[in-house]
Amino acid sequence: MKLKTLSSIPSSGWPTIPEQALTPGCGKMASLDRVKVLVLGDSGVGKSSLVHLLCQNQVLGNPSWTVGCSVDVRVHDYKEGTPEEKTYYIELWDVGGSVGSASSVKSTRAVFYNSVNGIILVHDLTNKKSSQNLYRWSLEALNRDLVPTGVLVTNGDYDREQFADNQIPLLVIGTKLDQIHEAKRHEVLTRTAFLAEDFNAEEINLDCTNPRYLAAGSSNAVKLSRFFDKVIEKRYFLREGNQIPGFSDRKRFGGGTLKSLHYD
Amino acid sequence: MSFLIDSSIMITSQILFFGFGWLFFMRQLFKDYEVRQYVVQVIFSVTFAFSCTMFELIIFEILKVLNSSSRYFHWKMNLCVILLILVFMVPFYIGYFIVSNIRLLHRQRLLFSCLLWLTFMYFFWKLGDPFPILSPKHGILSIEQLISRVGVIGVTLMALLSGFGAVNCPYTYMSYFLRNVTDADILALERRLLQTMDMIISKKKRMAMTRRTMFQKGEVHNKPSGFWGMIKSVTTSAPGSENLTLIQQEVDALEELSRQLFLETADLYATKERIEYSKTFKGKYFNFLGYFFSIYCVWKIFMVKFWSQHISFILVGIIIVTSIRGLLITLTKFFYAISSSKSSNVIVLLLAQIMGMYFVSSVLLIRMSMPLEYRTIITEVLGELQFNFYHRWFDVIFLVSALSSILFLYLAHKQAPEKHMAP
Repeated sequence: MKLKTLSSIPSSGWPTIPEQALTPGCGKMASLDRVKVLVLGDSGVGKSSLVHLLCQNQVLGNPSWTVGCSVDVRVHDYKEGTPEEKTYYIELWDVGGSVGSASSVKSTRAVFYNSVNGIILVHDLTNKKSSQNLYRWSLEALNRDLVPTGVLVTNGDYDREQFADNQIPLLVIGTKLDQIHEAKRHEVLTRTAFLAEDFNAEEINLDCTNPRYLAAGSSNAVKLSRFFDKVIEKRYFLREGNQIPGFSDRKRFGGGTLKSLHYD
Repeated sequence: MSFLIDSSIMITSQILFFGFGWLFFMRQLFKDYEVRQYVVQVIFSVTFAFSCTMFELIIFEILKVLNSSSRYFHWKMNLCVILLILVFMVPFYIGYFIVSNIRLLHRQRLLFSCLLWLTFMYFFWKLGDPFPILSPKHGILSIEQLISRVGVIGVTLMALLSGFGAVNCPYTYMSYFLRNVTDADILALERRLLQTMDMIISKKKRMAMTRRTMFQKGEVHNKPSGFWGMIKSVTTSAPGSENLTLIQQEVDALEELSRQLFLETADLYATKERIEYSKTFKGKYFNFLGYFFSIYCVWKIFMVKFWSQHISFILVGIIIVTSIRGLLITLTKFFYAISSSKSSNVIVLLLAQIMGMYFVSSVLLIRMSMPLEYRTIITEVLGELQFNFYHRWFDVIFLVSALSSILFLYLAHKQAPEKHMAP
């Protein structure tokens, strides 16, 4: 897991767009489809900076406390460079707060977890607890429909089986890479590799204050693109004609539970 | 010989308290963070240990455990250590960690933290002037000088917290005040929240698309940075970027609205949980305890004499335990609400400082609840402090705090129902 040398990459951060993609239909805003991706993680790991970097290609100058949820939109070219290229909107929902919040805050947060198509889990490479808390974050987002009282059923314990039949694509991003000394880098990256494997997800490690980590053509940018493509595929293409409920409407006040439906 | 036995008992209990403080720190306060500076954890546990030891000595005093001369010795020693910690160590480390967070001053951390500490000492000393705390015949840096000032701060804090707590507790649990929250209310508010998010998203989509077309056309919308950037943006402004700033303003307003709605929804959920809790057995039990102690406190204000000293001892013990527990819970909640990974060290040290001052002033005030024959040890150890002043000061601040809390809660209660009835 090493960062590519960046000498061969152009300095502009925007992905290059082949001319044939700029057809008139592509420019119309209303006709573009959308997918919803959650960005979860402990407070202070850098989710807001990351979302700002992904959507506006600029470094966030004054990060402040996120109350509730802040949304941003990224325009993504699905299957870029091929004839089936199509542009989509990716909504990045950055949900603020910590795993240990009061249950009233957790119940309020749960309203943002409706019909989610993908999840980005963000942790701080300099803080081990934030990586451990990712298990609890993912369980909170995925187990929404078992939550009448805001209490996690599994007590935060990780259960590999729950992730085995999970249909929602996950991506693990580690931030503050620049604050890790060279000597400890290998050890930290090994640990995060295990973490990503547990989630059956790809991982990216970067520093949100430096756009070069996501420069076009770098391995990180390729992984990101692949992740978004996978999310779009699961949402629109794998069940032609069949409406996928994703995670269907919760029964919060009735107490009934709904398991996610399995698709082969 | 007996002195050695007594000392070993005291030291064992201190180690136990230290361990408890350590565990509390790790399991409760810092369970979401990583402890990188063990100094903070040690200071917190030490403060907790010595504070609890003071209460232990009071109980030993009443029960007449241990030799009275060794008790006196341990009182003095404990007091010295606590004052050392509260006046020298903790403020210095608070200054040190604050300075470490600021990048500019990182090089000369020690120098700036010493400066901060000297400023703190100056204001701390000045605090004693307006209050008739002690007679001027005591020299500087005697125990009485330090304790009197620590006592003032701690007593003010205690009175503020008790006043607010005495008013807030019945307000929170009495069903008369609990607004009736139905599921439909919560659903309606959530729907508004999601609609606001959708509006934000559609505006952001326009902005993203505009930025993309601008980029393709070769114009780059950069926020004006630096001197030349600002000059340039005045002369050449593309229509696209003007559009963007307009939409950005609308988005800012909508985001503020979404934050308000989120907080209101969380508030409704919390109210609903409180309603459910008050119907449970545990909720009713704590409610009853709350009433009992409020009545007891009001009784104290009118200085009624106790009719049995055993009951007074038990009540003193219960007050001690519940006030420690209540303080720890309040500190934990406060810590969760305002800390982040950067400031967690500073906040924990501030909490340790508040906790130490709170405990010291508890000792001052508990003298009031103790029967006369037990008050002598405290008077002996703490010297010629004007205890009556502290009691009056507590009562005054308690009344002021209770009245302003009543006013504040009344206003908040009046304002709330209208917000939720709006369609």
